[in-house]
Amino acid sequence: MYIYDEIDQRIVDDRVAQFRDQTSRFLAGSLSEDDFRPLRLQNGLYIQRFAPMLRVAIPYGLLASRQLRALAYIARKWDRGYAHFSTRQNIQYNWPKLEDVPDILEKLASVQMHAIQTSGNCIRNTTVDHFAGVAPDEIVDPLVWCEIIRQWSAFHPEFAFLPRKFKIAVSGAETDRAAIQVHDIGLQAQYDDKGNIGFRVYVGGGLGRTPIIGTVIREFLPWQHLLTYLDAVLRVYNRYGRRDNKYKARIKILVKETKPEVFRAQVEAEWAHLKDGPATLIEEEVERITKRFTRPAYQKLDKLASGYVLALGRDKAFASWARRNVQAHKVAGYAAVTLSLKKTGVAPGDMTDAQMEAVADLADRYSFGELRVSHEQNLILADVRQSDLFELWQQARELGLATPNIGLLTNIIACPGGDFCSLANAKSLPVADAITRRFDDLDYLYDIGELDLNISGCMNSCGHHHVGHIGVLGVDKQGAEFYQISIGGAQGNKAALGKVLGPSVSQAEVPGVVEKLIDLYIERRDSAEERFIDVVQRIGIEPFKEHVYGGHHKKPAGRGEQLAAA
Amino acid sequence: MAGIIKNRQVAANNWQLLKAGADKSLPAVPEGDVIVPLAQWLAQKDALLARKGRLGVWLANTDDPAVIAGDLNHFDLVAVDFPHFTDGRGSSIARLLRERYGWTGELRAIGDVIRDVVFYLSRCGFDAFDLKAGEDAKAALSAFGDFSEAYQTSVERPQPLFRRRAATAQAAAAK
Repeated sequence: MYIYDEIDQRIVDDRVAQFRDQTSRFLAGSLSEDDFRPLRLQNGLYIQRFAPMLRVAIPYGLLASRQLRALAYIARKWDRGYAHFSTRQNIQYNWPKLEDVPDILEKLASVQMHAIQTSGNCIRNTTVDHFAGVAPDEIVDPLVWCEIIRQWSAFHPEFAFLPRKFKIAVSGAETDRAAIQVHDIGLQAQYDDKGNIGFRVYVGGGLGRTPIIGTVIREFLPWQHLLTYLDAVLRVYNRYGRRDNKYKARIKILVKETKPEVFRAQVEAEWAHLKDGPATLIEEEVERITKRFTRPAYQKLDKLASGYVLALGRDKAFASWARRNVQAHKVAGYAAVTLSLKKTGVAPGDMTDAQMEAVADLADRYSFGELRVSHEQNLILADVRQSDLFELWQQARELGLATPNIGLLTNIIACPGGDFCSLANAKSLPVADAITRRFDDLDYLYDIGELDLNISGCMNSCGHHHVGHIGVLGVDKQGAEFYQISIGGAQGNKAALGKVLGPSVSQAEVPGVVEKLIDLYIERRDSAEERFIDVVQRIGIEPFKEHVYGGHHKKPAGRGEQLAAA
Repeated sequence: MAGIIKNRQVAANNWQLLKAGADKSLPAVPEGDVIVPLAQWLAQKDALLARKGRLGVWLANTDDPAVIAGDLNHFDLVAVDFPHFTDGRGSSIARLLRERYGWTGELRAIGDVIRDVVFYLSRCGFDAFDLKAGEDAKAALSAFGDFSEAYQTSVERPQPLFRRRAATAQAAAAK
């Protein structure tokens, strides 16, 4: 964890006081609704379908157990006893009262947390690989750079009112687990041949209405220039990004319309003025931030704990959980554990106050009091001794957090959808639930193997449907909720956007369509090792289309039967 | 005339802000101190320089400040218009005027300027604020104290917090 110093704390406290003042001026009528809206949004506060929604930042997904306890306290005291982890490594409360929000922020500030820039047209929470610092394939630990970016982006005076929201993601590993190619800016931390740290800079990626894979505008940006270069990119965007149409206001449209090479030249021209200026990073600062991160005091352990190996052989259920939910760690004898928030019957990413407190206890007991939130809406205990895994599994199972489905079909990413969100065209959660129930047989799930299924309730793509191997998108069809299915999307190094399968289908039909896709996959795969996405890439989407819609691409085959089943 | 904020104090506003007509026709220039739109400056330089009274120019959010970079010595004031406070283009224009083109005179924010953005705008180089109608200039003075510190480099304080921290640490180590 990064530990605030006195100044970091003061800035967050100042924000609480500022928002308290804005809220009271709004409630007293001296700040208009129109003027208050953009101000409250910059503090993560939406007015939603039923109540305000407050989005709290979990900077780069890192959370201390005492912070999780504070989040549980907030859920209990000011909400309805639960909260929702989003795909942005944030947490959302769906039922707070507007007049309580200043008190909630004060409680957050007391544990070094905030809701700064979690919404609005500004630089949002920076996201990162959820295995940062522990992944065996890591080249550069990205956390220090994330904190440097957090400080730079917090209340940046020039970029507080951009054309549209702006999201930065950082990865420091060989495998990209932070989806950096579909962010406004993606940074790949790496070393040059002299051993200096720098970043490959992607710009203009994004999902939403116009999904685009980012363009590399700089192969290697030495770390000293990180902030001046970001300033240059943001300034070009702030000045020239479109403000006439909010659907064309993201930086991806600017990059596309000006042409990536022209955009790059504009950034370079701007950067020529800023480069080597006062915002140029210095070693002292990198060192200072590095030292303010607490690091686990790892023990010297054997590479493989014998008790762990024995338990794997003895207990089949434990072994299947370990296979899916336990990831390798760069330190011998340790492992990273994913606690699944995707249990059948529970909305993806939702967690009760009691579960939060119990997980905080687990983090204290087994993982140095820290945890992470993944953009797949799960929680991760990143530093667990292998010898503790069996005990931890037993306890996680009692809490309903040990569903062994990480990477599998039922590890569904889903936005809150039409049940909560006023932007949504259609509901997401009942669809996720219906699919999860359809594939509740674990053996079958294992046989299907790795599969990302992502659901968004609308074009804003909070559920990342474009990069799901199977993507489900809620659409509005003359006032009725329908779902468009796409396949072939992928996240990571080989990021790809899914292709639409055919006409949209009703809510009741979605699980049947997914089942048909899976049937064809099982039939056509050349071995159990060939994943769903591999088969789609090999044979294309046509055979899947045929299989789902029959020859005539109209209605999904077996419609009547599926409706009856629903 | 309504008061404005200048150098962190409420001050009288003696300037007349001129705007082009709906058909983009340039306005007549009255006597006294005037702030003219950029188009008027570009079209009527000589006449504007020949008149008595002080001269200011205002830029729209779409204007490029580079256009007046060579003319700045003719002005007593430069203003930047915010059609809505959530349009951040004026902030970049202000920084460019201050940091790139060397404008040191009065830089005034005009248009939809509310107290809640005064802190940000001040850091971008504005030292005068003609707040939108209905805003209380005196009450808005407290906005300069919204935050007691800031991380980034700014016009007001070019050294970012991390450099000031490093300097303090060095000074402490030298003792």
